[in-house]
Amino acid sequence: MPQISGSPNGRPRVGVYICHCGTNIAGIVDVRALSEHAATLPGVVVARDYKYMCSDPGQELIIRDIAEHDLHRVVVASCSPLLHEQTFRNAAAKGGLNPFQVQMVNIREHDSWVHADRQAATAKAKDLIRAAVRRVALHRPLERRRVPINPDALVVGGGIAGIHAALTLANAGKHVYLVEREPTIGGHMAQFDKTFPTLDCAACILTPKMTQVRAHPNITLWTYSEVAQVGGYVGNYEVTVRRKPRYIVEDLCVGCRECIEACVYKEGKTRDEFNLGLSKRKPIYMPFPQAVPQLVVIDPETCIEFKSGKCKKTCVEVCGDRKAIDFTQQERVETIHVGTIVLATGFKVFDAQRIPYYGYRTYPQVYTALEVERLVNAAGPTSGEVVLRDGRRPESVAIVHCVGSRDENTNRWCSRVCCMYSLKLAHLIKEKTDAEVYNFYIDIRTPGKGFEEFYNRVQEEGTHFIRGKVADIYPAGDDRGRLIVQAEDTLLGKVRKIPVDMVVLAVGLEPRPDTQDVRRLFNITCSTEGWFLERHPKLAPVNTFTDGVFLAGACQGPKDIPDSVAQAGAAAAEALALIDAGSVELEPYTAFVVEEDCSGCKTCIPLCPYNAIAFVAETKKAAINEVLCKGCGVCVAACPSGSITQNFFEDEAIFEEIKGVLAHA
Amino acid sequence: MADTAAPAAVKPKVAFYWCASCGGCEEAVVDLAEAILDVVGAVDIAFWPVALDFKRHDVEAMDDGALLASFVNGAIRTTEQAEMALLLRQKSQLLIAFGACAHLGGIPGLANLWDRESIFRQVYAESPSTVNPEGTLPQTRSEEDGRRLTLPGFYDTVRSLDQVVPVDYYLPGCPPTPKIIVQAVQTLLSGALPPQGMVLAPDRALCDECPRKDTRPEKLTTSEFKRPHQVLIDETTCLLAQGLLCMGPATRAGCEALCVRGNMPCSGCFGPTSRVRDHGGKALSAIASIVASNDTGEIERILAQVPDPIGTLYRYSLPSSLLRRRRREAA
Repeated sequence: MPQISGSPNGRPRVGVYICHCGTNIAGIVDVRALSEHAATLPGVVVARDYKYMCSDPGQELIIRDIAEHDLHRVVVASCSPLLHEQTFRNAAAKGGLNPFQVQMVNIREHDSWVHADRQAATAKAKDLIRAAVRRVALHRPLERRRVPINPDALVVGGGIAGIHAALTLANAGKHVYLVEREPTIGGHMAQFDKTFPTLDCAACILTPKMTQVRAHPNITLWTYSEVAQVGGYVGNYEVTVRRKPRYIVEDLCVGCRECIEACVYKEGKTRDEFNLGLSKRKPIYMPFPQAVPQLVVIDPETCIEFKSGKCKKTCVEVCGDRKAIDFTQQERVETIHVGTIVLATGFKVFDAQRIPYYGYRTYPQVYTALEVERLVNAAGPTSGEVVLRDGRRPESVAIVHCVGSRDENTNRWCSRVCCMYSLKLAHLIKEKTDAEVYNFYIDIRTPGKGFEEFYNRVQEEGTHFIRGKVADIYPAGDDRGRLIVQAEDTLLGKVRKIPVDMVVLAVGLEPRPDTQDVRRLFNITCSTEGWFLERHPKLAPVNTFTDGVFLAGACQGPKDIPDSVAQAGAAAAEALALIDAGSVELEPYTAFVVEEDCSGCKTCIPLCPYNAIAFVAETKKAAINEVLCKGCGVCVAACPSGSITQNFFEDEAIFEEIKGVLAHA
Repeated sequence: MADTAAPAAVKPKVAFYWCASCGGCEEAVVDLAEAILDVVGAVDIAFWPVALDFKRHDVEAMDDGALLASFVNGAIRTTEQAEMALLLRQKSQLLIAFGACAHLGGIPGLANLWDRESIFRQVYAESPSTVNPEGTLPQTRSEEDGRRLTLPGFYDTVRSLDQVVPVDYYLPGCPPTPKIIVQAVQTLLSGALPPQGMVLAPDRALCDECPRKDTRPEKLTTSEFKRPHQVLIDETTCLLAQGLLCMGPATRAGCEALCVRGNMPCSGCFGPTSRVRDHGGKALSAIASIVASNDTGEIERILAQVPDPIGTLYRYSLPSSLLRRRRREAA
């Protein structure tokens, strides 16, 4: 017990404040009995109950008492510390106390809200207050720490979210590293034809932003690159980036694509990823004409020079003096230092083969929505003609909604974008082919701006809507090679079997398969579904539980383009707020090794989830990096000799708290 | 506490006493070898039932505080031991808990997994070597042929010395090592007394002075706990790294890693450091953290290789732990 001169028994003088929270607490707990009980506890010199402690007059009460009653400690029994700990810490600080000499007791969420028996709830509140009064006496004054923020930022992922976040940060004058795994930025949006509901051409609105990224003096763009390692802490991250060899000297390639023409392969033989295999590409290629950066890539898996070393190398020949092709290029590893990180790693579309009865890859007439995006796109493999694989133009098309969404057998979540892109594709297909289009839907969800109007428009255009989950797709057996789409129409209450030339599967959105690796890399968490988890679903939607790491776009959950862009802007703004603050205050709840006590047994070292503990060779003892430490307490509990102490959670205080709870009046 | 500086002419008086113990602590005093002569030269041993013929009434006749120090070993499990502890406390300026049993409850303290009734039943009726057809059990008072016989009462619960009387200092170990004893005696005679309640040994864990310290890897995990008789133990590598359950990380240093130097894992006799309330609990959390699995079933399989967890982790400290004893079921 700290000895305090001028107070009875040298004990700290404690003030206890009990909040009614209107009737939230007072309705169940006898608040008057609480303050009377608190007044009898050792060290307590003043105990009050008040209608709303968090109100200005409530806080004033504390501030005034600190001066009038010479308080050393304050206990507030009210709601969850998540809500108002900061409020009462600040009030105590205004009164001249160290803010950490305040202890909150949660008699609302932990008591009045979960109990109905007035007597028992009051007794429980007394126990909790007694525990806090005993504990608070042992509180040491603590200081929050400040660490500087490196103004440079890293954006991971070059889809629309990453692009927007990078541009926002760069326009604010911050240096941004934009790292993209693929050879070009653009992401999924670059594959789309039009965007709903305005039917803007996706490329027309996206490519200017892509070139802005390339040209921006504040952006270092690394495509065909991946983050390999992340160390450090908020404001001071050290990131290792692996830059895969594209066998092209970036500074020398002008993007003329003559080498592609000249390649010894007359025709492409390799599946073109950008067109989802609807066309073929050569070993030397550019993903699409507007790719950024305007650089070709050589795929060593299919290039004859890499395979046999005996190619005529017509590409090198045509490149000539530019000398941009370099078969000896090696992977490079770069290390950068940034203060903030925006993750915009996007999503993957549902693999329709997981639902075998929809016949994807079995019947060539079955397409995924993303494939149809490429078909309707003027720059796509069919130059915008909606034609089947055999070249025929479909006269009837079924769009199957919720493929891999809202489905207990695959993914339970709604992918949010499929209804709208299905309506958009229905419109585009109808416009281009005049086919009969049937939408098989469970529910049509059009909650966005202009969405419902667009739905009405598509309905008016004569598109058919059948409310029923498609149960089967099978050949009609007719000479047109049509497929039967079978579903129970829940509005009519009977089974419908519609013969169509073409089926479009509206595939849902999924977390990327390497989500868990990425999560570990950046030390963030995932929801059970595998989406990156935001710190708070409502109030901190772009923050993560790791300070300085923010989320943008569909890596956090299914999102359409406007939402992705809005979130990217928010993530950039959060990063900017951190950067422009110049430094960040860290909570002092960290653990530290008492060097004199440590035996160097190394038990703690591998246990730290934040890699904050190192074994110091010179002293043969463990040391905790204060800035990396998040105060989780794992090492404190594990230290077999009790040589690690955690601020605010010292053993003595916890034992006093336990004794307080158990010491029934 | 009274002034402990003795007049130069009169040697300070000390006492040695044993309670529930094995006699090893008495041996430890004798084991001081030549150093015992320094001790004997410096003090006047006024009471030591094992070696000298003084009786309880001799102690009772002393003035309160007449003894500079009493070294009491053994745990308290009978009424007589409790009485002697109180008596020596009264007559001594300093009471020193000597050895693991007085310090923490020790091996006799493992009896707290049972109670008087079940212990008597085992010892006087059920054990294979017992022949007791009449089912005679120890009685505190009995009469045989007109002669009255009294025996000390036997408690349900074994206690450490400080759970019976206030203790000034502790000498840890099973038994305390000569070095620890000599240092303690010198400290007490010097008059510069350390803070009351101290354990007179370094307040760090054993790894600090372990000759194998450097061989423990930073990321140590094990999928198997072995017992010393099951393996050929390497003589230089960290025992935990060899899968042997070494209590060193959780146990107070001061013995200079005697057991480890003898190629045996530390069994924890020096008890925890001053910062730890529950030796076994801390040891358990350290041991659990090196189990190389995240699978519940696999973890259970690995930990099941520790055959007697309480006897291993709380071997010397059960009475002074947060657990203290097994819960007595309501009758």
